[in-house]
Amino acid sequence: MISTISRRQALALGAATAATAVLGGAVEPALAANDSDEVIKTFTGGKAPVAGRVNLDLPEIAENGNTVPMTVSVESPMTEQSYVTDVLVVNDGNPRAGVATFHFSPASGVAEANIRIRLATTQNVIAIAKMNDGSLFTASKQVKVTIGGCGG
Amino acid sequence: MADVRPRIKLDKKTAKKGELVEVKALVSHIMETGQRRDAAGNVIPRKILNKFICTVSGKEVFSADFEAAVSANPYIQFKFKAQETGPVVLTWIDDDGSTIVGTESITVS
Repeated sequence: MISTISRRQALALGAATAATAVLGGAVEPALAANDSDEVIKTFTGGKAPVAGRVNLDLPEIAENGNTVPMTVSVESPMTEQSYVTDVLVVNDGNPRAGVATFHFSPASGVAEANIRIRLATTQNVIAIAKMNDGSLFTASKQVKVTIGGCGG
Repeated sequence: MADVRPRIKLDKKTAKKGELVEVKALVSHIMETGQRRDAAGNVIPRKILNKFICTVSGKEVFSADFEAAVSANPYIQFKFKAQETGPVVLTWIDDDGSTIVGTESITVS
């Protein structure tokens, strides 16, 4: 026996399926639709970083997205035996994910840098530190942006 | 273009060997992101300082790659470990290959 579905029921079913497909995949608020995954993968070589050791200092609310102060520092003795070689900083809400990459060595003394960055909208900033032995550490922070700063 | 001399400040002029020296630097640059459009609707091409290098006595102590998300008139603050007396040279490299250079010096006892 063929079950008949009324047209109205069929349309409702279709809409519900479509809505589920869209909402089902969404986890993060805001756009995560830039190249952050690729930029991270290029830096990490696909290896998963461990959370910790990296301190990402950013304001919780940035009044001006054109210039958001950011300090990134990594716990490390910075000796020839154990030191930070590079720290990648990316965002997940600007048109392009790249922010900066810092390069350190024992001559740096500490793995720490402070710059000012542009954030277009509320989003996450992610820092990944690479050590001389290849290990990776990460931290991320969400910054709420009231006036976006990508020059639009 | 106006003279773009960088403003550089070291937190100390003399240091003991092994001591940390903090550097703050500010340089004038529009850091054009490549996201903006002009009145006619054309994209204004990206033009940023994409590299920063600090050397002390010719040896690199810190460097950074910048992307378009770095703010205009880029500010940078970092540290290095004092090892020997010598020039502290800060270099910024523009997308177009031109460079901005500033020099300070550190005396190490």
